[in-house]
Amino acid sequence: MSVILEARNIVRDYHVPGSLLKKAKTVHAVKGVSFTVEKGKTLAIVGESGCGKSTLGRILTLIDPATSGDLLIEGKKIDIAKGDMTPEMRRKVQIVFQNPYGSLNPRQKIGDILTEPLVINTDTPADERRDRAMTLLKKVGLEEKHYNRYPHMFSGGQRQRIAIARALMLNPKLLVLDEPVSALDLSVQAQVLNLLADLQDELQLTYVFISHDLSVVRYIADEVMVMYFGEAVEYGSRDEVFADPKHSYTKTLFAATPRADVESIRARLARKKAA
Amino acid sequence: MSLARLLRSPDAVAGFVILGLLGAMALAAPLLFPGDPLAIAGQPLLRPFQDWALPLGTDRLGRDVLAGLFHGARTSLAVGLAAAAASILVGSIVGTIAGFAGGLVDEVLMRITDAFQTVPGFLLSLALVSVVGPSLGVVVMAIALSAWTGPARIARAEVLSIRERDYVASARVIGMHPVEIAFREVLPNALPPVLALSSVIVAAAILTEAALSFLGLGDPNRVTWGGMIAEGRAVLRSAPYLSVIPGIALVLAVLGVYLAGEGVVEGTAARERQA
Repeated sequence: MSVILEARNIVRDYHVPGSLLKKAKTVHAVKGVSFTVEKGKTLAIVGESGCGKSTLGRILTLIDPATSGDLLIEGKKIDIAKGDMTPEMRRKVQIVFQNPYGSLNPRQKIGDILTEPLVINTDTPADERRDRAMTLLKKVGLEEKHYNRYPHMFSGGQRQRIAIARALMLNPKLLVLDEPVSALDLSVQAQVLNLLADLQDELQLTYVFISHDLSVVRYIADEVMVMYFGEAVEYGSRDEVFADPKHSYTKTLFAATPRADVESIRARLARKKAA
Repeated sequence: MSLARLLRSPDAVAGFVILGLLGAMALAAPLLFPGDPLAIAGQPLLRPFQDWALPLGTDRLGRDVLAGLFHGARTSLAVGLAAAAASILVGSIVGTIAGFAGGLVDEVLMRITDAFQTVPGFLLSLALVSVVGPSLGVVVMAIALSAWTGPARIARAEVLSIRERDYVASARVIGMHPVEIAFREVLPNALPPVLALSSVIVAAAILTEAALSFLGLGDPNRVTWGGMIAEGRAVLRSAPYLSVIPGIALVLAVLGVYLAGEGVVEGTAARERQA
């Protein structure tokens, strides 16, 4: 198996400038995280709000630079702070954001949103760009007639499909999914997750799946990394982590997941009666 | 925006009717009054409604007041629109650069904006026109010089919020150049609140132009309402109509611009509430 993504000791600090009354301080959002993801696998990054998982996602997709640490994509070291990004590097990593209402420019047609990555990074002729956009629209479960519409004409689930299609336009190796289903209804969540799983099989995609929803993670992940205040407190295969959580935070996290089986509901009711 | 919604508000209808009439006057001026409106047309100080060849009478030098009114509409509207367009263009570009670049660039551009705002706008226009000399282009520039700060501040505030949206981050992921992101992804979405300001700017520009002309700093080769009012000032007691008639035109023009602008803003706001 080839390693697509390797992160070594990634650190990201935010400097909060001081003012007259406040001292300047540094927030350590990500404190030295290391992991590897193999081709065709899914690494889930789990953690509560503000634990640094989205910051890590932005570093992986080369939006923000890391303060220190190495990021290797297909064994090649990448440093956006130096500004030597080539289109080939760009094409390898793409992202799908959490909020489908904020990730599509409201003033662009779907067709323009989809073809933009090709316009910028390749010299594909216009009709091929259009064909590829149409193919992907159908692949994510939309129709050709949607090509000329604006984002506000779509539901949240459809928008997320458009965002996925856009991310796939450049044939990326790695897709960072930053809570891609947490803004969607449960039924739509399942549809989008199934779509993601199908696309992974079909296109041999590698996913970094950022989430706080353990039931979703259990469904889609091969490996799980649990983050807590910027640190990776647990990292292992899905079955290992779910069967035998080592760190106390992971145990708390699992205990906080609501259970819906009959036994646990009975137990809860019994506890309620006793109290 | 639907025309039907616009027509439901009586204010907006009144505004558009007034503006439409003024626009028709401006367009028809060279057809109805092909001669030079500054040429002598009859005996001086002819009162309105005495001679049907000169329905609104003549001024001290015997120039046709009605012809002046029509040609003055041309100047007022042209200056108002051109000055507003120039200040919105400059203002939104400055605001976008400041908000998007941040840091030192933001700091410098905003201090320049502050500097312009601390000087009374009319004084600034007066200074420029009296130094460079009065001509239509200079008057437009002078008005824009004092009016661009409002759009700049509003555009910057909008850009600050928009640049954090996910679609801007995804434009970065596909490798769009920062300048292109600023002007293609951010600016179009920052424009609506800036454009809402345009009616105020147009109205203010028409008034500033009239004031400059009143002080004798308008383009001497063109009839302006401000110039006509100034011309009538000397005979204000014996022939008040010479100042009153262009004064009424001025009031109507400003009122029309305001009402129409309000109507458009309300119409767009209603549409956004629905969307």
